[in-house]
This record gives sequence, C-alpha cells and structure tokens, in this order.
Amino acid sequence: MNDAAAQEFQFGSAEHQRETAISGIWLFLASEALFFGPIFLAWIFARHADPTAFDAGSRQTELMIGLTNTALLIASSFAYSVGLGYIGFGSRRGMAIWLAIAWLLGAAFIGLKFGVEWQMDFKKGLFPGPAFAIHGPARNGAQLFFAFYFFATALHGLHLVVGLGLVAWIIFRAERYTAERHSPVHVVGLYWSFIDIIWLILFPLIYLTGRAS
Amino acid sequence: MTHTSAQVSYLDDGHTLRSWLLTTDHKRIAILYIVAITFFFFAGGFAAFLIRYNLISPKGLIGSAETYNRLFSMHGILMVWFFLVPAVPVTLGNFLAPLMLGARDLAFPRLNLLSWYLFMAAGVVALYAVVGGGVDTGWTFYTPLTSFYSQGHVVAAVAAIFIAGFSSIATGLNFIVSIHKLRAPGMTWYKMPVFLWSLYATSVILVLATPVLAMTLLLLVFERLFGIGVFDPAIGGDPLLFQHLFWFYSHPAVYVMILPGFGVISEIIPAFSRKELFGYKFVVWASIAIAVIGFLVWGHHMFVAGASLYSALVFSLLSYMVAVPSAIKVFNWIGTMHNGYIRFDAPMLYAIGFIGLFATGGLTGLFLAALAADVHLTQTYFVVAHFHYVMVGGMVSAYFAGLHFWWPKMTGRLYPEMWGRAGAIIIFVGFNLTFFPQFLLGYLGMPRRYFAYPQHFEALNLLSSGGALILAVGYLLPLGYLTWSLFYGARASANPWGATGLEWTTPSPPPTENFAVTPIVTKAPYQYRRAEAVER
Repeated sequence: MNDAAAQEFQFGSAEHQRETAISGIWLFLASEALFFGPIFLAWIFARHADPTAFDAGSRQTELMIGLTNTALLIASSFAYSVGLGYIGFGSRRGMAIWLAIAWLLGAAFIGLKFGVEWQMDFKKGLFPGPAFAIHGPARNGAQLFFAFYFFATALHGLHLVVGLGLVAWIIFRAERYTAERHSPVHVVGLYWSFIDIIWLILFPLIYLTGRAS
Repeated sequence: MTHTSAQVSYLDDGHTLRSWLLTTDHKRIAILYIVAITFFFFAGGFAAFLIRYNLISPKGLIGSAETYNRLFSMHGILMVWFFLVPAVPVTLGNFLAPLMLGARDLAFPRLNLLSWYLFMAAGVVALYAVVGGGVDTGWTFYTPLTSFYSQGHVVAAVAAIFIAGFSSIATGLNFIVSIHKLRAPGMTWYKMPVFLWSLYATSVILVLATPVLAMTLLLLVFERLFGIGVFDPAIGGDPLLFQHLFWFYSHPAVYVMILPGFGVISEIIPAFSRKELFGYKFVVWASIAIAVIGFLVWGHHMFVAGASLYSALVFSLLSYMVAVPSAIKVFNWIGTMHNGYIRFDAPMLYAIGFIGLFATGGLTGLFLAALAADVHLTQTYFVVAHFHYVMVGGMVSAYFAGLHFWWPKMTGRLYPEMWGRAGAIIIFVGFNLTFFPQFLLGYLGMPRRYFAYPQHFEALNLLSSGGALILAVGYLLPLGYLTWSLFYGARASANPWGATGLEWTTPSPPPTENFAVTPIVTKAPYQYRRAEAVER
C-alpha cells in the first residue's frame, strides 16, 4: 500500500507534494461549485416564474429541523478545524477525538434529515406526483419546489455521506499523520467545509425565502 | 525509488496484464487510452458509415426512420464523448505532458488511472445502451423528447456521459495542477511548449464546464424517472432552460475538442518548417482567449429556439469574437511556414490539411453566427458540414498528425513514411468529398437528421457517400500500418525528427521515470535552425 505520508517520486520535496495536494482539492471544489450551480440557477429561475406557488411549497418545510441541521453542520466544521489544529501541534489523539466529534455531528445531520424530516415530508404527502398534498393554483409550482427540494437534499446528503466516509478514513489512519505531514487531513477538511457551504445556500432556498414573503 | 531502473523502457517495465491494468505510469495509461479511444472511434465511424449508406438513396436504404435516428444518435454520442472530447488530452496529453514539463509523472498518478477506469465504465454503459437498442434523441438530448417521449435507453446513455464527465474532470484537474506545480527548473510559463498551454486551456474548460453538464443530465434523469421536473412547462419549468444548461457545457466542449488540436499543430509546424513558431505569445494567449470567450457564446445554438432578440444579438457578437483568436492562430502557423525549410512528412501533411480544413470550418461558422443567415442555415446539412470540417477535418487530422509525430517516441518504432503520406492524402481527399457536398445540400435546404430526402438532392448525397468510402479507407490505413510498425518498424532514435522539446531529449521509448536526471530549461521552445541535419 502507498503510505499517505510517503513522498511520491514526481515531487521534489514533501512540501512540494503538500502544496500540490492542496491546490488539487481547491480546483476540485471549484468544479463541485459548478456542479451545484445549475440547481441553484434553475431553482431561482423557476421560483421567479411562479413565486407564490413556490412559497406555498416552501412554507410546508420543517424550519426547526432545518435550523438544527444548519447548526449541526457548522459545529461539525468547527470541530474538524479544531482537529486540524491539533495535528498541526502533532497531537494525533486530539485530532482523532475532534474528528470523531465532527463525524458524529455530520451523522446526526443525516439522521435528522433523512430519518426524520424526509419521513415527515412523505407523511404530509409532499413528494411530487399524483398524491401530492397541496391543491389549488399553487399545486404545480409547489410540486416543482418539492422536486427541487428532494433532488437537492438527496444530492447534498450523498456528498455528506462521502464526506463521512473520508473523515472516518482519516480517523482510521490517524497514526500516519505528523505535525509536518498531514495534507490528507487538510484536503478532507476543505471538502468537509465545502459541503457546509452548499448547505448554507440550500438552507435559505428551502426554508427562508418562502417564509419571508 | 531506485535510480538503477531509470534506463528500463516503460514498455519493458513489467509484461503482465496486471502491470498494465494497475499501472500509474502516465505513459502506460496513455497507451490504455489509445486502445480504448481507437475502439470507440471505429464504432462511431461505423455508425457514420451506415448513415452515409442509408443516404445513398432518396428513400433511405435502411428502411426505418427509427433505426436511422438511433444510428445518428449513437454516432454523435460515441464520437463526441468517447472520442473527440478525450482524444488528444488523454492519449497524447497523458503521454507528453510530464515529458514536456520535464517531470516524472503527472501530479496525481492514481487519479489518472482512476480516470481511465471511469472512462471504461462509462464506455461499458454506453455500449449497453447501444446494444440494448440505442437512443433516438440525437446527442443533444433535448427535452421534452428525452424526458417524456423517447422510447430508447435514455437513462443508460445519459449515465454513460455522466460517468465519462468525471473522467474528464479528473484528467483536466491533473493537467492544471501538474502544469502549475511540476514544471522543470527554468521552465517559466513562456518557455512552455504551446501544446502544454493548449492542454491547460482545455483543462480549464473540462474542470469548469463538465460539472454543469453532469448536473443538467441528473436533472434530466430525475424528470424522466419521476415525471416531474424543471424542464416541463406544464408545471412552470422551461425546456429552453435545458438548452441553456446543455450548451453552457457543450459549446465550450467543442473548444475542448479543438484546442488540443491547435497545440499539436503548433508543435508540428515549427518542427517541419525548421523555424521558430511565429508569434509564440499570440498563439498562447489565443488559446486562453478561446477558452474564456468560449464560455460566453452558448446562446448561438438557440437563435431560433425562442430566445430573446437582444440576447441573440449579444451572443452573435460574442460568437464573432471567437473568430479573432482562431484566425490569429491560422495566420501564425502560416507565418511560421513562410520562408521555412518545409519537409512534407506525414505529420506535416496532416498539419497542412488541418489548417485548410479548420479555416473552412471556422469561416463557415461565421455564417452560422450571423443571425439572419442562421435562420436559413440552422438545422440543415450546412451545420453538419461546418461541424465536421472543424471536428473531423480539424480535430481528427490533428490527432492523426500528433499520433504520427510522436509515434516513434511512444512506441520506439518508426512507421512506414510512404504509407503515412498516402494515408494523409487519402483522408484529405475523402474528407472533402464527403463533407463539401453537405455545405451545398444545406444551403439548398436539406435538413439534417432525416432518413429520406427529395430526389433532386440525390447527386450530392451520392458524392458524399462515395467520399465516406474513401475516408473509411483512409482511416483504416493507419490502423493497419501503425499496428504493423509495432512489430516490424525500424527502431527509432531519441529524436527522429530533429525536433526541440524535452520529450525528444529522453530515449524512445522513454524510461519509466522519464528522465534519468531532472532537466534544466534555459532556452525558449522552438529554437530551430534552418536545414539542421536530421537523422532518423
């Protein structure tokens, strides 16, 4: 197996390899931003076409769960950053503990989102289709809103699940990292925070815009 | 890593299947890609051949419009995503980028291998879609046809493109980071070969445009599976939104297809003119300009789709602007050849063919960028001819030019020169015979994607189909003699063309680690002297 801390032969130094890994993940995140871009664009476009119906859909969402989840994710990123700080001082134990906290907070988001919130949404008949619960003139636009809602939250959740796997992988390999060599911890941390940023755009789109008007 | 293995050629560094399938060596991955790409090129080409066979008769020889629809869709999907987009970057680019940089590998070798596996997985899904009955939507997948009405394997075809997209992103990311971080000591940005610049410009598009297509296709699949989606006007969505998002990727993607070709040609013209590349900085910045402006012209695909007149005006103007950097390149290549000591070897023949065919394709693009002319010409064979002049006449010629130019480096063998020249000429003749009549057909009003046509278009269609036969021979020739040369070709020296560039300073085929000693770059690229002795 390739050791993450070992230097690969195309690099001049460990520092060179670290810089390269960091620039790679930033570029990947730029690509990811454009991946999510069309959802946001289409969402705003569709809401613009029928704002009343969209807002009627938006008001059926679970604001408290959304709020709690936002807090969970931000706290999770904070915990991860603390863990990154610990490995910077060479403390593998401190890193592992704080990354485990970050993992648990992320897992709590998943549980709340898909185990609780989606179930409530399904029970209220909010999944688009013939059985959709909202009737009247807002029916079509509200269905479109919930099409976006389920599509976007599923995709965001999928990213978070991948993130959970990566964080677990880092914890599992904690022994390999030192104060000088821990670029995988940094790389996964950037990805982990990126998932938050996507959520910070989704959160107002899902829960707030409809309630503000 | 030990340095004792430095002189073992990458081809001899392990002979097992495992040593190929699990390799992280960029050179071996390039070879894996060449095999895959060649397969898809001939699969897509076969579909094209059947299209031309059908159009020999006004009534259509295949006998079923539905089959014909599936044929041209398969041709488009395979050629665009499984040949044109990846062709030069993943083969020549993978092989040459580290060599040209003076590096031992790309920045992320395992990611590079992963990109090949993603590509192959995508290919398998695409073949499943084709064998399972195909799709009848064209390669553009316009809604609402794809979301509600098409009976074909839309989801499988879309999944294939989605997966192939991530392969593209991985490749692009690897190139950008490698070019930033792995240049040899002394290789400043302006000492880089133009091929690297064009790979860089290409990669920027791959990394930033492909994810938009990926999401668009996901939205499409969602709509198809659940019957509810953003492209359905019945519930407040808009099919035009699909076209906007699709072309936001797919127009820059045509620059993904052609920019690496520009890079190849910019290497070959100076080498066979024994002259420095004319206006290096202009050629370089023209690539970047094309990549940037290319992001802003997608609307010209929707002039007749109901977009507003004012946005169409802006898109028309921006589309004209792309012609400026493209023309700069053409003039600079000709400027390089002017007063040069020109040798007409196969790569140069392809390159000269490229200039003419690309210029024709580019100039006819201006007709389509003009609002009034486009209303007449859109959806006709004029568009087909324009696109193929750029993509086949331009890009495929550039790919063959590069393949011949670097063949001795990649394989350590020389290809038979006379056969090479014959192939280049046959392809040029066959190509023009196939596609020039299509300009006329389009101008006369023959719509594309129809399996039958009125009697009075027969002569021109017959000419086009006859040309396709010659073109097919032209493409099969290199398959034959290049394969032959692998076993019987003469051994190549390190630098059979007397070309500049770091890749020619290392043995042919290069050792696994590329360079025994990391090179130090002191000179600008393309320092050619006239009539320098060339030994092959």
